[in-house]
Amino acid sequence: MPPRLRGHPLADLHFGDDQPTEAEQAAIDAIVPQANAASIVETERIVRGGRSRRHGLRHLLLPVLHSLQHEIGWISPGGLNGAAERLGVPPAEAYGVATFYELLRTADPGHRDDVVHVCVDPACALAGNNELRTTLDADGARVHDSPCLGQCERAPALFVQGVGRPDRVPADDNEEFQLPQAGDPGLRVLRRVGVVDPTSLESYREHGGYEALATAIEMGPDAVIAVISDSGLSGRGGAAFPTGIKWRAVADEPGADKHVVANCDESEPGTFKDRILCEQDPFAVIESMTIAGLATGASHGWIYIRGEYPRATARLESAIAQARASGLLGDDVAGSGQRFDIELRRGAGAYICGEETALFNSIEGFRGEPRNKPPFPTTHGLFSQPTAVNNPETLINALDIVIDGPDTYRSLGTERSPGTRLFCLSGRIGVPGLYEVPFGTPLGDLLDLAGGPVGSLAAVLLGGAAGVFVGPDSLDMPLTLEDTREASATLGSGVVTVFDDTVDMEAVVVRIAEFFRDESCGQCVPCRVGTQRQHEVLVELQGSDKPLTKQRSELIDDMALAMVDASICGLGHTAASAVRSALSLGLIGNSQ
Amino acid sequence: MSGAITETAVTIRVDGQEVAVPEGATILDACDAAGVETPTICYGPTLTPVNVCRLCVVELDGSRALVPSCSRPAEEGMVVHTDSERVRHSRKMVLEFLTTGVDVSQADELGQWAEHYGADPSRYVPGGETMDEPVRVQDNLYIRDYDKCVLCYRCVEACGDDAQHTYAISVAGRGFGARISAEFDVTLPESACVYCGNCVAVCPTNALQFKTEFDLRQADDWRPEDQTVTQTVCSYCGVGCNLELHVQDNQIVKCTSPDDHDVTSGNLCIKGRFGWNYV
Ligand SMILES: Cc1cc2nc3c(=O)[nH]c(=O)nc-3n(C[C@H](O)[C@H](O)[C@H](O)COP(=O)(O)O)c2cc1C
Ligand code: SF4
Ligand code: SF4
Ligand code: SF4
Ligand code: FES
Ligand code: FES
Repeated sequence: MPPRLRGHPLADLHFGDDQPTEAEQAAIDAIVPQANAASIVETERIVRGGRSRRHGLRHLLLPVLHSLQHEIGWISPGGLNGAAERLGVPPAEAYGVATFYELLRTADPGHRDDVVHVCVDPACALAGNNELRTTLDADGARVHDSPCLGQCERAPALFVQGVGRPDRVPADDNEEFQLPQAGDPGLRVLRRVGVVDPTSLESYREHGGYEALATAIEMGPDAVIAVISDSGLSGRGGAAFPTGIKWRAVADEPGADKHVVANCDESEPGTFKDRILCEQDPFAVIESMTIAGLATGASHGWIYIRGEYPRATARLESAIAQARASGLLGDDVAGSGQRFDIELRRGAGAYICGEETALFNSIEGFRGEPRNKPPFPTTHGLFSQPTAVNNPETLINALDIVIDGPDTYRSLGTERSPGTRLFCLSGRIGVPGLYEVPFGTPLGDLLDLAGGPVGSLAAVLLGGAAGVFVGPDSLDMPLTLEDTREASATLGSGVVTVFDDTVDMEAVVVRIAEFFRDESCGQCVPCRVGTQRQHEVLVELQGSDKPLTKQRSELIDDMALAMVDASICGLGHTAASAVRSALSLGLIGNSQ
Repeated sequence: MSGAITETAVTIRVDGQEVAVPEGATILDACDAAGVETPTICYGPTLTPVNVCRLCVVELDGSRALVPSCSRPAEEGMVVHTDSERVRHSRKMVLEFLTTGVDVSQADELGQWAEHYGADPSRYVPGGETMDEPVRVQDNLYIRDYDKCVLCYRCVEACGDDAQHTYAISVAGRGFGARISAEFDVTLPESACVYCGNCVAVCPTNALQFKTEFDLRQADDWRPEDQTVTQTVCSYCGVGCNLELHVQDNQIVKCTSPDDHDVTSGNLCIKGRFGWNYV
């Protein structure tokens, strides 16, 4: 069933009495000037507006809410009314959107101070986030607990949400970026990271940048898709879907109102690779998106980036502007005769918005609720138009494939998992950080490359909160899609979080359950209630000194099966996997 | 669904039985045609499916997860199972989940299905989260008791795209904290609500109910068995909406409109829905 056009074609919108203050009005004007309002009163008798105009503006709702939050520190009834009226969105719906996001506040905080977000996820818990929090509290900071901030390699992590001042990440100041594998000739995706000047198009070109685009234009769309297909490149965002098939499906759809989306929402606990790629090699993201655009015949590109990534956002924005100024984006991309340009959108604190269809709703100005599939994004994606969504790591891989051909790519990795893979190592590991190794590298070798486990290895969480725990007996496991699948594990987004035997695993697992409870969009019953009840069972276990009873263990399994079988999206499908693996490995559930 | 019926038929297999349905029909339509009863909560014959409750799921050969029958179009050759172990399990769990956190005492159909599938809400951790909302009595027309809300989105759809185009209410918040709400939870009189009562008509759990019904229930005097329903045509304007007046002890206690009526599809305006309050 094709998604219907949503909106409010006949609505006579009603707004309450609250008016925006001058500052709020300015924050709204900054994104949508009055001249672009949903309905414009030209004379007493003539009002321009109506359905198409409103549909055309709704995608600016989240940017306007961001602007209000940033300037005022919260979204007040007057601010919401002003935003809703300017965009022609019903205020109840705008409120529904605002309350969906963690970074947007709809209650007056009573101050205009910056808010300091402290990560409470595993890597940071191991690195002393509690002490950090105590210090911040003592200093009078406005502290807010946050899920993983995507900085696990430099835990404990902070993100400062500015009010009237730019957002910032304190760890970004004075950081000399260096990869642990710096200088390693085996690096592919990370080749330029830490080497190229990420703020300069010229520097990017000096390091081979935009050669792939030139090659792609010469080859033509069909040949590009053919080499991507032949390479066996698969998605790095978690689902490992073959990229060539996705691009082909979008290319086969008629028209140019098609989209390429770089999914930089990166919120899987333990993942930080996309932040590093976007910060250190932003032009590679832009160039590879452009190739995807030309190959699929899509003229619209979108980058959806985590709201907690201010530096990556700034560097991508600068890269887009430089590329545009050099004719590498725009109406005639690099003389190809094809149009492709990129808009950037910031998320606002919602893990679920990394799910591709939730991401579409988020960009379109609706609640970030996933859509039922089918129909699939390749036919009904962003604005119900054909869309290719890819992770930045997937996209960047396409550059070398276009230049060197599929065989070079296939010379690394295994037959069914060709190429290399990025892994995010954190927790009890010698040198936390981002690593690139060929698919098929055994888990133990990867840990050794990163300085080996610290202390006595108890478990490794593969794939993040949506992944599974494996024990020390899995160190021989080759890190491929097929081997992890066979072991009922997953590579997911490349998370490798290491725990030693001093870690309170019950606390870790309770936190994972809490993460899913907090991040469920709440749309479907199995996940909305299942994640809540699962958390309650684990909290009960944590508070007891008895082993898990048979009834409770059955309940966990029963809930898990329903979440896997009947949930709408991947969040519900995976919400029980880490918990169950921890139980079956005996990491939790025994008497203590 | 209007306009979806064409000459072409698709044939699918429901629990071993072949059924032909028009193209554009859903698996749920096919189950109906096969005489297989399917539990639903968020589905409404007059509403666009939102497929959120997941109670109607069926097993579809070739699909890894179960699929919502209410929204999945029937395709030629599909093989569907509605009473497999997996289907019974997920339906039971959905019913258990709902009965653990929501007051379903006035959701008769849901209660019957819960019994049918053997849902056992007592096996959960005592003291778990519930909806925990006060009854919102903000006018004399209808009340909102979100303790009884299963978040089926039907009221939101009826107020919005599917019928009323008023958009007075939306889902706010996220996860277990999600609630139906006007902006900043303002009262209905302060909101965009025009009191068409269409949301009340589609609510499957009685979370939304006529004030008259609410008052009688409070007084322990709500007696559906003593009520009669009189069909009439609304006299306020020339549209000709069918009304069903529910009468108890010679008092009109609520007013509905038949779902299959070609003018109203179950929807009315404030005059038809509540006008009897004033007469
Ligand atoms: C809850 C959830 C969160 C997700 N978050 C991300 C994310 O942050 N980044 C990402 O690339 N993919 C994420 N995905 C996967 C996307 O839905 C999609 O499969 C992916 O972006 C496709 O790109 P790829 O084929 O290059 O991997 C998420 C999926 C789910 C279910
Ligand atoms: S599975 Fe969870 S996150 Fe996904 S749609 Fe359902 S409630 Fe939302
Ligand atoms: S009574 Fe009508 S306008 Fe008011 S909330 Fe219900 S559906 Fe919307
Ligand atoms: S109030 Fe009724 S119709 Fe609305 S979501 Fe809740 S249960 Fe459904
Ligand atoms: S930043 Fe804290 S766990 Fe990732
Ligand atoms: S009735 Fe089909 S999902 Fe609710």
